[in-house]
Amino acid sequence: MLPLLLLTPQVLVTALFFFWPAWQAVYQSLFIQDPFGLKSQFVGLGNFEFLLGDPYYRASFRTTAIFSSFVTVASMGFALWLAVMADRLIKGSGAYRTLLIWPYAVAPAVAGVLWLFMFNTRVGVISWYLEQAGYDWNHVLNPNEAMGLVVIASSWGRISYNFLFFLAGLQAIPNSVIEAAAIDGAHFWKRFWTIVFPLLSPTTFFLLVVNVVYAFFETFGVIHTITTGGPQQATTILVYKVYSDGFVGQDLGSSAAQSVILLVVVGILTIIQFRYIERRVHY
Amino acid sequence: MSTISLKSVRKSFGETEVIRGIDVEIADGELIVIVGPSGCGKSTLLRMVAGLETVSSGDIAIDGNRVNDMEPMERNIAMVFQNYALYPHMSVFNNMAYGLKIAGMPKAEIAERVQTAAKMLQIEEYLTRMPRQLSGGQRQRVAMGRAIVREPSVFLFDEPLSNLDAKLRVQMRLEVKQLQRSLGTTSLYVTHDQVEAMTLADRLIVMNAGVAEQIDTPMHVYEHPASIFVAGFIGSPSMNFLPAKISTDGSTLSLDSGANLRAEGLALATHSGREIMIGIRPEHLEATSPDRADLTLQIAAVETLGADTLVHGSIAGTAPDGAQITGFAARLAGNARIIEDEALPLRVADGALHLFDRQSEKRIAEI
Amino acid sequence: MSGMVEKRGSGYWLTHAGLILGVLVVFFPIYLAFVASTVTQPEIVRPPMPLIPGRHFFENYREALVSGINAPVARMLFNSTVMALGIALGKIIISILSAFAIVYFRFPFRQTFFWLIFLTLMLPVEVRIVPTYQVAANFGLLNSYPGLILPLIASATATFLFRQFFLTVPDELAEAARVDGAGPMRFFIDILLPMSRTNIAALFVILFIYGWNQYLWPLLITTDPQMNTIVMGIKQMFPSGDDIANWPVIMATAMLAMLPPVAVVIFMQKLFIKGLIETEK
Repeated sequence: MLPLLLLTPQVLVTALFFFWPAWQAVYQSLFIQDPFGLKSQFVGLGNFEFLLGDPYYRASFRTTAIFSSFVTVASMGFALWLAVMADRLIKGSGAYRTLLIWPYAVAPAVAGVLWLFMFNTRVGVISWYLEQAGYDWNHVLNPNEAMGLVVIASSWGRISYNFLFFLAGLQAIPNSVIEAAAIDGAHFWKRFWTIVFPLLSPTTFFLLVVNVVYAFFETFGVIHTITTGGPQQATTILVYKVYSDGFVGQDLGSSAAQSVILLVVVGILTIIQFRYIERRVHY
Repeated sequence: MSTISLKSVRKSFGETEVIRGIDVEIADGELIVIVGPSGCGKSTLLRMVAGLETVSSGDIAIDGNRVNDMEPMERNIAMVFQNYALYPHMSVFNNMAYGLKIAGMPKAEIAERVQTAAKMLQIEEYLTRMPRQLSGGQRQRVAMGRAIVREPSVFLFDEPLSNLDAKLRVQMRLEVKQLQRSLGTTSLYVTHDQVEAMTLADRLIVMNAGVAEQIDTPMHVYEHPASIFVAGFIGSPSMNFLPAKISTDGSTLSLDSGANLRAEGLALATHSGREIMIGIRPEHLEATSPDRADLTLQIAAVETLGADTLVHGSIAGTAPDGAQITGFAARLAGNARIIEDEALPLRVADGALHLFDRQSEKRIAEI
Repeated sequence: MSGMVEKRGSGYWLTHAGLILGVLVVFFPIYLAFVASTVTQPEIVRPPMPLIPGRHFFENYREALVSGINAPVARMLFNSTVMALGIALGKIIISILSAFAIVYFRFPFRQTFFWLIFLTLMLPVEVRIVPTYQVAANFGLLNSYPGLILPLIASATATFLFRQFFLTVPDELAEAARVDGAGPMRFFIDILLPMSRTNIAALFVILFIYGWNQYLWPLLITTDPQMNTIVMGIKQMFPSGDDIANWPVIMATAMLAMLPPVAVVIFMQKLFIKGLIETEK
């Protein structure tokens, strides 16, 4: 029948490259593979138990939490500030919008290269100036500096996206509400905190979830380019660990188990996002 | 010869039966209007003839051929939709030409047909425009043009004028009528507007809750409504109803409110003792002197419309339990000077009493 | 305009100053990379590097494109283009067909298919990399274009989007087409597709950028430098060990890696923004 024919390409691709691997991830997470990949031993939830007790894994969880919080706050905060200012302009906001949105097109990995270049211990411009000022920058050795650098590089690319949505959200607030507040005697910051920000909350919440998902997954390129998870796994976020344990360390069972855990995390985040979006539609 | 024949047509959606047995034979060239309130099933019936809904039981035949299992395209019908359903990305010309293109007609012939139809509908200058550039009335013409070029056996109209403003509607319905006359194509037209129905129809199908209560010419439906529903639906302002009882000797109609109506010479012996509903149209009442009055109207409100005056109120007299008959209206001449809060004596014109059995709601007689 | 009530002069200039600062912060890394791509290696190695563009633009870019470091950048650009176009077009084609099937036909398990598709909205490829890699390897898709493309079109976000759009098309239109004699595929091609033009274009922009910027998956599936895409290939241009990187060439490559998606965003800004908002709804 025609409809089934039309569905076939989609179903095929999705089955082969989505459901089957997803199922495989769950399946493999229940086994331990021997180093030569010849035999695998069923261990039930053993991999999971191990991970939950593993200091490295827990550290990775912590690292991810810190990393994503910083990235989210930094990129959303800066974007909000820019959006508020752009919103104040009658003319010219369009030009700024054009200028500020295209960093979205820059891949996280490329962003990583750009910022690595500026902070490179040998040739980086910024690290050189820091050194001149007496601060010895070395993100290769210093875990905090490494974290700082990947946070900056990750937030930088995200500003455009958040800016766009914040600007749209701000422009959707009716002028009359603002003017009423002004007549009531509220100056700019008071107006902002008591009226604008609450009215912006759907946008803010939405961006919060999206940014967290971004920080969890799409920042792989940044980390791999700048620090490869180091120094000593200081910047190994969860998704990076899946990669390094699975491909570099060849520990398929553990990597699969980590994938499953991430799957659950994303699932929860998406459900939250979806529930909220649904309510937003009726807003 | 494009006849339409519906035999015991029924339709159910799941458990609910929405069309409960329709029988009608439509002759070639007739404009049949299916009229009724929302939810009566008129659109469903039309769509079944179109082939957009399946038939649960019964037969539909066009030109003598049973079409139950045929696709719309195979039935040689054309349809005009309520929201025009014009293809938004195609020009007016292409909208009209689309069906013909699919049928594989040569370009020259398509162009000719489209031009002729456009001329008929006075939309020639819009042929290159897009639907979004047209007004509602113009779009409706294009929708009709699309139907005309197909030169089908049957036209189907699904409330095509409902989305137009009142003035445009009046103008357009006359154009539709003229168009159908000159083309001579058998047409089924659905509307909920009884004025539209009366002006357009050769015959009416008055539908209520899935049943055709009456199928007849407009005047017949007006003068001899087959049921209380039809009587109340056709005619505006609607017919007045008075519950009454026929006396045992068949000579008197006694209103439940106590008064007696028309005691002389009624041959209603066969219906003696029956409980009935009397229907009187507002336009069949005239002001008179109290001694010649059949009824007295206690006036509640007066509407001066210029050409007519509508008087609303209730019939005086009380039934044993104190009930008054409210919502009674009379249509008098425009220059009638009426004072509110007065009692208005009214006389019923001859032959203007419609009698309906109160139980079955069916027509008994007109006197 | 939530703040534009008082129109005093200082506020106006401050606002512009703030925005200009924002623009500078956003542009600085890119500007610096551009400068680096136009000067010579020695100038960079001896910090601080110059802050105005040099005169070696053509040399550096030519070197990058023609020889690159482990593969010519021109080759990498080509690979990226094939991949990005493949993902964008591939995803659009399969999803518009399946959305059409789901919305306009009634068939058994229709709801099941819809929910299955819905599930795939949730998982980015990063969560299933190891087994996806195994599946791709088993199909012999390593170091191949299909290998680059197919796993990335597996999620059904676009199907969902088209479905939402098709639901807004009035039923009457489909019925009118049916009465006109158009079969389902005819209706799809003559009427539904043209009406979907803007949605398709907007989606294309988003998907092209998404595809172009992929990093992790191309990293895994390519071992041959000739199959590198430009975004993932940059990292591999860095030397291992203590050698100094060929910064001008690397930065030139970075500039080239940014060029197509940025061009798309700028020239198709309206469509891009529309696409962004639609996909996130």
